[in-house]
Amino acid sequence: MAEVVVKKEEKVEGKSFWKTALNKFGPLIGLFLLCVVLTILTDRFLTVNNIMNVARQASINAILSLGMLLPILTAGIDLSVGSVLAISIMVMGVVSVLWGLDPVVGLLVCLAVGAFFGFLNGIMLTKLRLPHPFISTLGMMNIARGLALIITAAAPIAGFPYIIQFLGAEFVGPIPVSFILVIFVYILFHFFLTRTQTGRHIYAIGGNKEAARLSGINVDRVLIIVYTISGFMAALGGIVMVGRVDSAFPLAGMMFELDAIAAVIIGGASFFGGVGTVWGTLIGALIIAVLRNGLNLLNVAADLQMTVIGLVIIAAVYVDVLRQKKK
Amino acid sequence: MEALLELKNIKKSFGPNHVLKGINLDIRPGEVHVLLGENGAGKSTLIKIMTGAYTKDEGEMFFQGKKIELTSPSDAMDLGIATIYQELNVVHELTVYENIFLGREIKNKIFLNQKKMKEEAARHLERLGQKRELLERKVGDLGIGKQQLVEIAKALTVDAKLIIMDEPTASLSGSEVEQLYATVNELRRQGIAIVFISHRLEEIKRMGDRVTVLRDGYGIDTLPVKETSADRMIELMVGRSLDEKFPKKDFTKGVAGLEIKNLKRKGSDKTVNLTAYQGEILGISGLVGAGRTELARAIFGVDPIESGTIKVFDKEVKIKSPRDAISSGIAFITEDRKAEGLILDQTLDFNVGIASLKTYQEKGFINLNKIKDLTNHYIKELQVRPSDQRLHARNLSGGNQQKIVIAKWLATKAKVFIFDEPTRGIDVGAKVEVYRLMNSLVDEGAIIIMISSDLPEILGMCDRVLVMCENEITGEFDRHELSQEKIMKAATGGR
Repeated sequence: MAEVVVKKEEKVEGKSFWKTALNKFGPLIGLFLLCVVLTILTDRFLTVNNIMNVARQASINAILSLGMLLPILTAGIDLSVGSVLAISIMVMGVVSVLWGLDPVVGLLVCLAVGAFFGFLNGIMLTKLRLPHPFISTLGMMNIARGLALIITAAAPIAGFPYIIQFLGAEFVGPIPVSFILVIFVYILFHFFLTRTQTGRHIYAIGGNKEAARLSGINVDRVLIIVYTISGFMAALGGIVMVGRVDSAFPLAGMMFELDAIAAVIIGGASFFGGVGTVWGTLIGALIIAVLRNGLNLLNVAADLQMTVIGLVIIAAVYVDVLRQKKK
Repeated sequence: MEALLELKNIKKSFGPNHVLKGINLDIRPGEVHVLLGENGAGKSTLIKIMTGAYTKDEGEMFFQGKKIELTSPSDAMDLGIATIYQELNVVHELTVYENIFLGREIKNKIFLNQKKMKEEAARHLERLGQKRELLERKVGDLGIGKQQLVEIAKALTVDAKLIIMDEPTASLSGSEVEQLYATVNELRRQGIAIVFISHRLEEIKRMGDRVTVLRDGYGIDTLPVKETSADRMIELMVGRSLDEKFPKKDFTKGVAGLEIKNLKRKGSDKTVNLTAYQGEILGISGLVGAGRTELARAIFGVDPIESGTIKVFDKEVKIKSPRDAISSGIAFITEDRKAEGLILDQTLDFNVGIASLKTYQEKGFINLNKIKDLTNHYIKELQVRPSDQRLHARNLSGGNQQKIVIAKWLATKAKVFIFDEPTRGIDVGAKVEVYRLMNSLVDEGAIIIMISSDLPEILGMCDRVLVMCENEITGEFDRHELSQEKIMKAATGGR
């Protein structure tokens, strides 16, 4: 039993202020150092063009990661986001390209499909009482991918209307619209998680499920909301992706769940739930994007890039382990 | 007599917090040495230093006259210092002898030498007055008391000369406690030294040889138990004399606030009737396993109810979940603060506000400042220390954690409070504060039900006591007719 009792209150301030600041801003400092190193190593990194490029590349993962943050905060996981992204955009392709319906209808259907698959994840976890979301979402990962392939017999769909492409393709001045969208949803989620009842309940469930239930929290309802949002965000990421590549294809989003999990964890969230912030997650997503961009600028081969990113994930979590130990 | 373990001027800090400020302690072979102190006095840190889990900042340690440095728990084990923690370190799926040799299995080159392990384990169990048959039982099938014995046997197999027991009786039932006392006496007879941590003064009087009182990180005094009164120990521990252990107040009885009729919970074939009135503290006594906590859980909607009615201040309520119970004005302070009461890695204001967030909503958003103000208010009123609401609940001592749990329920504006073992594992000073708080709740017209296994507490604080045995109420006593004998008789089924 750790029984560290602070006797002198005034001492809580002072020294430990910097410690908590370091704890809080660890990932941000990491991102900053990474940028400094890349600025020194290449002359192309710190240019408006390149920075905007990074922002654009980070967008899809940043959106998926934000969705992923919620299950992880509840000590869960969502392995299905990549596949849910694929099925959502394939359905959107059918509705707005093959059937030629209004693009706004296409967008809404896409988001609804994502949310629906997420909702099913939540139902499997809470009502069917599957033991862990790793299992339910692993199943869903295969189900959704399979359906995405079936829907057009594996054929890609291209030629989306401008309104659908707008989010992923357009710029406001030098700034990609997709990144503005990212900032917007992050601010929205920040308020959702810190200032609404459901947001606080999410942290409470991740921190101590039993205590949360005994505090009157409807745990099942909150978990269903969490997975529904995660699915919704996968579809939103999909819309951005369609805009970028002007096509929907059934193998889109393969392994995206892994980058999303990586961003959340690098951003300081605890895999055991209850700890993590949206801003940490954003920084996690940016670190991955900057790293990829920097390795490209340095002409590092794609295979080696994977290895480097793997090392970064492990290093980031190890730093966290060391921090926890000190406490 | 030469000391087995001697500590000189031990100091330990965590960052800016000086937890131990120079402790001296000597432990002699064959004595039961009690460590006494309020939560936060430094007991846990001290035993962690003695077992090598923490390293000291300053000071010296001697074992059998030789200077030692402990850098890890295995250092301490090699010397013969074993620890029985409150949370037992046993693997439920393994058998008794497998647990006893866990991590130190005896092998014939590759394969386990089960015969030898069983023989050795049996020898040590017999030393503790246990039968051989226990060997092959799965530990998970045994009661807590027997599980603890397995841990003690484990300590004996490593030839422990000093066994540290951290509140060993806190989670034991009456007969298990007696068995532990017998075991401790046996170990003492065999020359093994015991460091015994306990909050129960009667127990200390009965079992201890010497007592060292810690307060605020200092060793206040070491005294022979026989010549020291319980009151003196409390005084040394809290640094002031407590006026009374049980600050019972009398109120006039008011209306019925909670009426339970023919309540039958799932998994029990008995029904329960009870009525709790304003102006009283209603105690529920009984042995561990009598169904008291289960009754509370059913009332609070944690476990399902099959039939029966619940009325809160004359209004019938349907309770299917804790949420329903809370909106009916019921609060349940559970017996296990850490597992069921708190979100340990969240701040105090998070914990205080979590059950009543709806109240602080303004246009869909929570007014965080209101929660913070409220938390500060409760921190002041309940004297939570340290008083910084940004601290995580994990960093508070047991008594202060309990106050935060209570604050959480006060924030829900509950009218009915069910306390389940409200003072378990908290120190004398904090206990009195919890009792005072119950008094003021009664004063404000709240209904208080207190489930407790602590008989002095039941006798000291309750106006009326129900006794449960095997899921039904087997006795009801008013304060003036209460006695330990009557309660025990009802608790064991004799009416």
